[in-house]
Amino acid sequence: MTDKRLLTGNGAAAWGARLAGVDYVPAFPITPQTEIIETIARWVGEGAMGAKMVQLESEHSMLTAAGSASLAGARVFTATSSQGLLYGMEMLYNISGWRAPILLVNVSRALAAPIALEPDHNDVLAARDSGFVQLHAETCQEVMDMVLLGYRIAEDRRVRLPSIVNLDGFFLSYTRERVELPDARRVADFLPEYEATNPFSAESPVVKGSAVMEGDTYSYFRYHMHASSLRALDVLREASDNYHSLFGRSYGPVEPFMMEDAEYVIVMSNSFTTLGRQVVAALRSKGTAAGLLKLRMLRPFPAKEVASFLKGRKAVAVFDQDIAPGSGGIVYPEVAAALYHERNRPKVILPVIGGLGGKRMTLGELETIFDDLRRAESDASSPEAVFMMRREELERVRGELATARGGTAP
Amino acid sequence: MSSEVRFRTLKDLPAENYLTPGNPLCAGCGGMLAVRLFHKVLGGNVVWVNAAGCMTLLMTYPLSPLKSNWLYTAFASAPAGAQGIRDALDVLTAKGKLSPAQDLKVVVVTGDGAAYDIGLQSTSGAVFRDLDFYYLCYDNESYGNTGFQMSSSTPFGSSTKTTPPTAGSPAGNPGVKKDIFELWRAQRPPYVATLLTSQGVDFMRKVDKGTRIKGPKLFTALAACPTGWGYDPMDTIHVEKLAFETGIWPLKEAVDGVVRHTVVPRKLKPVKEYLATQQRYAHLFSPRENPAAIGRIQEGVNAYWDAAVREEGLQVSLVE
Repeated sequence: MTDKRLLTGNGAAAWGARLAGVDYVPAFPITPQTEIIETIARWVGEGAMGAKMVQLESEHSMLTAAGSASLAGARVFTATSSQGLLYGMEMLYNISGWRAPILLVNVSRALAAPIALEPDHNDVLAARDSGFVQLHAETCQEVMDMVLLGYRIAEDRRVRLPSIVNLDGFFLSYTRERVELPDARRVADFLPEYEATNPFSAESPVVKGSAVMEGDTYSYFRYHMHASSLRALDVLREASDNYHSLFGRSYGPVEPFMMEDAEYVIVMSNSFTTLGRQVVAALRSKGTAAGLLKLRMLRPFPAKEVASFLKGRKAVAVFDQDIAPGSGGIVYPEVAAALYHERNRPKVILPVIGGLGGKRMTLGELETIFDDLRRAESDASSPEAVFMMRREELERVRGELATARGGTAP
Repeated sequence: MSSEVRFRTLKDLPAENYLTPGNPLCAGCGGMLAVRLFHKVLGGNVVWVNAAGCMTLLMTYPLSPLKSNWLYTAFASAPAGAQGIRDALDVLTAKGKLSPAQDLKVVVVTGDGAAYDIGLQSTSGAVFRDLDFYYLCYDNESYGNTGFQMSSSTPFGSSTKTTPPTAGSPAGNPGVKKDIFELWRAQRPPYVATLLTSQGVDFMRKVDKGTRIKGPKLFTALAACPTGWGYDPMDTIHVEKLAFETGIWPLKEAVDGVVRHTVVPRKLKPVKEYLATQQRYAHLFSPRENPAAIGRIQEGVNAYWDAAVREEGLQVSLVE
């Protein structure tokens, strides 16, 4: 019998760790991730989880302990957000270089300064070059499933790289949705026991993280990591098929929504995708050939899938919930590069930036992106980036600016 | 077998070498001597957990001079690396996935840059969590591997590449060396000790004592550094002996926070004799002597031993 529960995104992440039978959970609190480690602490205390949990004194130490425990043979789960991910950033590169297949849940939250609590993806995308596989969730169900899929991919010997599962703070972390939990015994069929590659040993000692003095040796290892990351695409497909046969759900690196015959397409990821679907469905009912392509796997970047779904469309908008000051959206150039060699690539690839710091996106606001697409299509010049903000939002901010300057409170 | 029996004289030094000859470290490296001696006492079942520093160069791919395990972590977090390994070994043993016969000891090895500066938070965390591990700091009183810059272990009066003697700061480093022994002891770990390779029996007894204690065991060894300090590599032991005889590097331990000096110099030699052996202090002697700076160093040593004499009833005659 399937076990269906109402879980928050954080609760779903914790259930993923529990079902994966992890051995070790190094932890450190940060909003909006904290509920994950609080939940696990309770389960470990009650004996519902057979893991050891340790609270470290920083995310940098937390990630160091996560990686070293993985090298010693433990299946490791950990979680953070935002500043915590950046504080531990140095160790992300070490963990992937060690080829330690931990799983890290990042609950997205905008980066300081100014300090903020609600989500955008500058935090997780800052880790895009770290060597971690990245899976981004739209729903609480996906969060739980992706934790299991993430371990399967990370520990596969063709990959042997750590994974990040990303979910949006607040929008997903604190939102309850129905989540179907698989039977723990059947999870074992999907996720075999983790066996570390050459763990520390008394009789055959090993060296990990040795200094490399020659650039050619270093290049070799880095190229190797890149090739291993690319293999995660095939491994995800394989794992997804297996997951589907066991639990009835499958997850490709991208997910098309109403893409058949779509002429105007929005590319999105994470929780706002749910709003994007509504807008696309509404436009379809009004006769516009709208479509949506969800990016689920951001690393490795599924360039072939992206190109095959987007080629031949009239105009494509890439919705970046992040900003690289001085460049624009972070995902945009990756989508554009994936399409460059397609002969029938879209005439327009429009950069759109929105939802920073959890800025609300209304359906009407998202719909204007499709107006922009049509306008850009008929306009000969290359489209300028669109920065989303509604008039009433701008008015509200202007009121705050006036107050900050010493005017009266609005 | 108690430690007092196991290590009576230098002849009791175990013959087995776990740090074998042939590695890229400098000739006469005091830190390497400390690692070698430490390893002999611990035996072979060790996982070394390293932070950025001179010892990082022991492992240059694809070679290893060690007969034991090694993990290089990062500058700031070797104790957290030790935490992950210890915890993983314990949880896997408890789950029956790892044989208890493995019996691996987890040993952090860092220089003073990691121990006193960038990694102090991580060490404090590991001690707070009562982690069962060893910490060996080889203290060469500088960022040695980057070419001898000031660390917070650099003593007052030492010149370094970032604290050269200038008109504004004629003594070189104007700061006072952090007391890492006391910083560590403040959290009351079960064992803290200072080491000198020139006092081999004391060194071995302390490490051996650590093997019978569960929890954090923290050691700091003065690591004379011919390259940074500026002396002939053959004089490493000589320089370390003078550090002991002048009272600059006291040999002591703290068991559950209670301090005891383990070997005591009966009659302190003037600090000048130690300072004069090293180029890093040359500006205190030429072109003209700096009696104020040398006097301040001597006063610091005298004040330390004066307090120790009163607290422990030691027999030490100070320099007039």
